[in-house]
Amino acid sequence: MSGLALQQYLDFAYIAAVVLFVLSLRFLSSPTTARMGVLCGEIGAALAVLATLYNPEVAQYKWVLIPLIIGAGIGVPLGLVHMTAVPQRTALSHALGALSAALIGIAEYYVGTAPVTRFQMGEIGLEVIIGSLTFTGSLIAAGKLQEILPQRPIVYRGQNIVSLSVLGAALALAVALVVNPANAWLFPIMVIVALIFGVLLVTPIGGADMPTVISLLNSYAGFSAALLGFVLNSKVLVVAGALDGSSGFILSVIMCKAMNRSFTNVMFGAFGQVQTSSAGVKEERVVRSANPEEAASILSAANKVVIVPGYGMAVAQAQHKVRELYDVLTKKGIDVRFAIHPVAGRMPGHMNVLLAEADIPYDRLIEMDEINGDFPQTDVALVIGANDVTNPAARTDQTSPIFGMPILDVDKAHTVMVIKRSMNPGFAGIDNPLYYMNNNLMLFGDAKQFVGSIVRELGAGH
Amino acid sequence: MPADFISNLYVFILAGFVGFEVIRRVSPLLHTPLMSLTNALDAIVVVAAIIIAGRHETTLTTVLGAIAVAASFSNMVGGFVITDRMLRMFKSGRSKQS
Repeated sequence: MSGLALQQYLDFAYIAAVVLFVLSLRFLSSPTTARMGVLCGEIGAALAVLATLYNPEVAQYKWVLIPLIIGAGIGVPLGLVHMTAVPQRTALSHALGALSAALIGIAEYYVGTAPVTRFQMGEIGLEVIIGSLTFTGSLIAAGKLQEILPQRPIVYRGQNIVSLSVLGAALALAVALVVNPANAWLFPIMVIVALIFGVLLVTPIGGADMPTVISLLNSYAGFSAALLGFVLNSKVLVVAGALDGSSGFILSVIMCKAMNRSFTNVMFGAFGQVQTSSAGVKEERVVRSANPEEAASILSAANKVVIVPGYGMAVAQAQHKVRELYDVLTKKGIDVRFAIHPVAGRMPGHMNVLLAEADIPYDRLIEMDEINGDFPQTDVALVIGANDVTNPAARTDQTSPIFGMPILDVDKAHTVMVIKRSMNPGFAGIDNPLYYMNNNLMLFGDAKQFVGSIVRELGAGH
Repeated sequence: MPADFISNLYVFILAGFVGFEVIRRVSPLLHTPLMSLTNALDAIVVVAAIIIAGRHETTLTTVLGAIAVAASFSNMVGGFVITDRMLRMFKSGRSKQS
């Protein structure tokens, strides 16, 4: 009786954890309640972990407590990384999550006296394949974001056929194991093939597609945990995995819509290595540029300014200088807002975090759909390190690779100023007609230095 | 098909719907913290890892379990720490004045 009662207490702890997890995400709907959400999640997780330590199946504490201490020792520094490193940290976190799910699945295959049934084998096989490919795929993504690996897409002829055959091989091995689960020698081969597929899956994907890829890997990591819940018959894993998986899935859909592309196109499209549409048009077009002094005087004459940040701002670490610009302009009574494109940066919400870190109030950060109607009444749109998300060819040029992608309509502002290092086309190699428009001024230079110079000019004229 | 599978499938589908409805309401402003928070919650696989490692059946499974405990627990701790750090940075214009 007492043993049964203990098991029931443990189940209640897990149920409480699941409820707290849902509440945790619920509180994230608004920035004012969001920290409450973290607290709920922490209590839920602590409850579940403590309850598990009381599980009578846990016989040897040495192999549990030492890894827990090591995990905490790795986790705290991973939680304290600089905000500019958040995208790669997130990719690494997907990798760690997928790694643990895969390892538990593998252990589950080797554990136990009775051999696994065919049905269990199917579950384990699928779980281990998804976990393994997510592990290596996320590591490659983290490497690209950290710039250990090249950010540009790495492509070769017949790539998709090779990649898909490797995936097919992993699945075929899983099927062979289902047919005869006792074929134990096939199991490690299946794991290795799945690991290789993860590498092949992410290597061809370029940096600009990272928001979608990170979201997809997020979703895979979640679903592998949910599948693990099926394998182990653990409802708390099924729920947590389903929440994480659906979150990643929703974010992937949002990212794909924001780029007007499909999943298959992101995964197998290897975007932008050839630029065909306007390659023939080599006529001399006029580009007007301005220096910091001129930019400062245009800004100080404005009433409404919209700043459009992009990945270039993150790379130049210009967010603190941008905040100084925001302060100086606001003090002059100018209305300054920020237009945030969903795929600006390297992961969903990237720009918001950087600007919030620089202490810019979040009610100044406006989403694309909300701010697009305001550009015609905007005096100055200042684009800092964003390119494709402002490209009007997406609206007008049917031959453009990004035609149909929703963009920020900065070209409709009275004056557009674009801070950019040079006239080199952006990451995707697509020419931006915005730069040749009459209302556009190019501000050539490093984002951080240029914004700093504008701030100095504005301060001097004060 | 085992009965457990069916009941888990119920839970999975319902949790998926709950997740969809709840996450749809998360402000795009907070999509980065959302991802780090869901990763921290997903790290609950640590409970399965603890059981595998703690059962101490064979050397192989114990080692695999122990690595999984360390990996998932680091994810849990790190995920909560960074999510809270990010959320502390989000301040509205009004609260900034005070």
